[in-house]
Amino acid sequence: MNTQNIKTIFSKELKSYFNSPIAYIVMIVFMAISGFLFTMSFFQINIASMREFFGSFFIQLVLFVVFIPAITMRSFSEERKQGTLELLLTKPITDIELILGKYLSALTLIVITLSPTILYFIIIKMIGPIEFWPFLTSLLGYILMSAFFIGVGVFVSSLTENQIIAFIVSVLICLSFFLFGKLLIVFPTSVVSFFEYLTTDYHLSNISRGVIDSRVLIYYFSMIFFTIFLTKVSLESRKW
Amino acid sequence: MSIKVSNLTKYYGDYLAVDNMSFEAKKGEILGFLGPNGAGKSTTMKIITTFLPPTSGTVEVDGFDVEDKSLSVRKKLGYLPELNPLYYDMTPVDYLDFIAKLDGIPAGEIKKKREEMMRVCGLDSVRKKDIGTLSKGFKQRVGLAQAMINNPDVLILDEPTSGLDPNQIIEIRNLIKKLGKEKTVVLSTHILSEVTATCNRVIIINKGKIVANGTPEELQAKSKGQSLVTLEVKNNCDKNALSGALKDIRNVNKVEFVKDNGDTFLFNIYGEHGADLREVISNKVMQQKATVLSMQTKHSSLEDIFRELTK
Repeated sequence: MNTQNIKTIFSKELKSYFNSPIAYIVMIVFMAISGFLFTMSFFQINIASMREFFGSFFIQLVLFVVFIPAITMRSFSEERKQGTLELLLTKPITDIELILGKYLSALTLIVITLSPTILYFIIIKMIGPIEFWPFLTSLLGYILMSAFFIGVGVFVSSLTENQIIAFIVSVLICLSFFLFGKLLIVFPTSVVSFFEYLTTDYHLSNISRGVIDSRVLIYYFSMIFFTIFLTKVSLESRKW
Repeated sequence: MSIKVSNLTKYYGDYLAVDNMSFEAKKGEILGFLGPNGAGKSTTMKIITTFLPPTSGTVEVDGFDVEDKSLSVRKKLGYLPELNPLYYDMTPVDYLDFIAKLDGIPAGEIKKKREEMMRVCGLDSVRKKDIGTLSKGFKQRVGLAQAMINNPDVLILDEPTSGLDPNQIIEIRNLIKKLGKEKTVVLSTHILSEVTATCNRVIIINKGKIVANGTPEELQAKSKGQSLVTLEVKNNCDKNALSGALKDIRNVNKVEFVKDNGDTFLFNIYGEHGADLREVISNKVMQQKATVLSMQTKHSSLEDIFRELTK
């Protein structure tokens, strides 16, 4: 694998995010929502903790189910529609380098979007006692979760040349993963432990408590690997 | 051989797009792919450029197989796909730098290469504009610059002059001719004059099969078409007698009285292919005491051959 090629695609993609309104909309809206929720929990509940903040259903829903599909929807769809995919795939670059370049640029945009939370942490730290470790693991949980859903979004985008279809299908897939965990209460306890492992919610809440256990990492990394693999298969399908 | 295509066949599902095609192209050759829409020109090009794999048969570029040594092939290639895809939110400078990096041009040489292409393709005046805002002609030049920036051995151009105005077409053709001296160029077109103007070899494709392969001159010579002479004479003669006399000339197949212009008569005289009938006709007309006002000869063109072969 040639990292230079990944870097070339990566910087082109990142530039195009910042050339279009999408990056700014996502960052500003996230900052507005998170800033609002942060001040609410900070001043009303009066606890020096960010658990309320990271545990917020609304913030998770907006970030994972709306923003990520919005960022990834154009990744391959646009290339297919404009015909530039043919251009890229006849350059001396492998499919996987192309996918990783695109994938990593979307992940970078999400990490940048999440960066204001560090500021919230510093603000709390100045006023009251707050532990660093749970904050760090919560942030890591968010990033892992994003990494998985970006994989879903990039894969779905590689299937169609229509961005709107890519967006809707990614939203539906991400939403099912996201809500599945919340709906588990209705299942009998005997099957819950099995299904629990498949849901993102279970792992996210585990890691937010400050527990990084290997099962969590295995879960996310295998999901990320699987979605990238599916994207590769989807690109190769032109050859079938 | 720069390009070697052997027994190439390509199916899209059940649809046969390329049917057992074999041809070669060497350095210094500008090869024109001619054929009606849907003949398999673009498909063949997509296979040579490694975008699509062949169903059966092999394609080699500079000795590298397009399937097994795909990345080596791509390094040798410059490709302008059909419809010239571009990133509309980039400027020509950003775009060419991006392509140069993908082509693996060392960082230190990118600027030099890019500036060279900007000059060759005449892009200097639009260097800072978004590609999306450029005219079709400029977009096409950006596409060509993209294909040539890595100084490839083999250039594959799918309809390089589509959408250009007549001046731009001549510019691009001259550019292609210049490049063709030291590279292998394959270009596809359905504009017949393009082939006679730029290519030194023509392959006519119809329904996925090669129906003719040769220089434009060879193809014209092979054609079954007949020569045609249009003759205009003064009306001071008997048109039926003249017509009869012309018919007696050797190699004349048919004489057609076209119209009576009042003071002139117009005839079409069809003869065997390649025969120059003007001298004999002129003599015959004089024997009939008539006066030749004008005479024009027309040999069968590539257009006739194309129609004949792709009907």
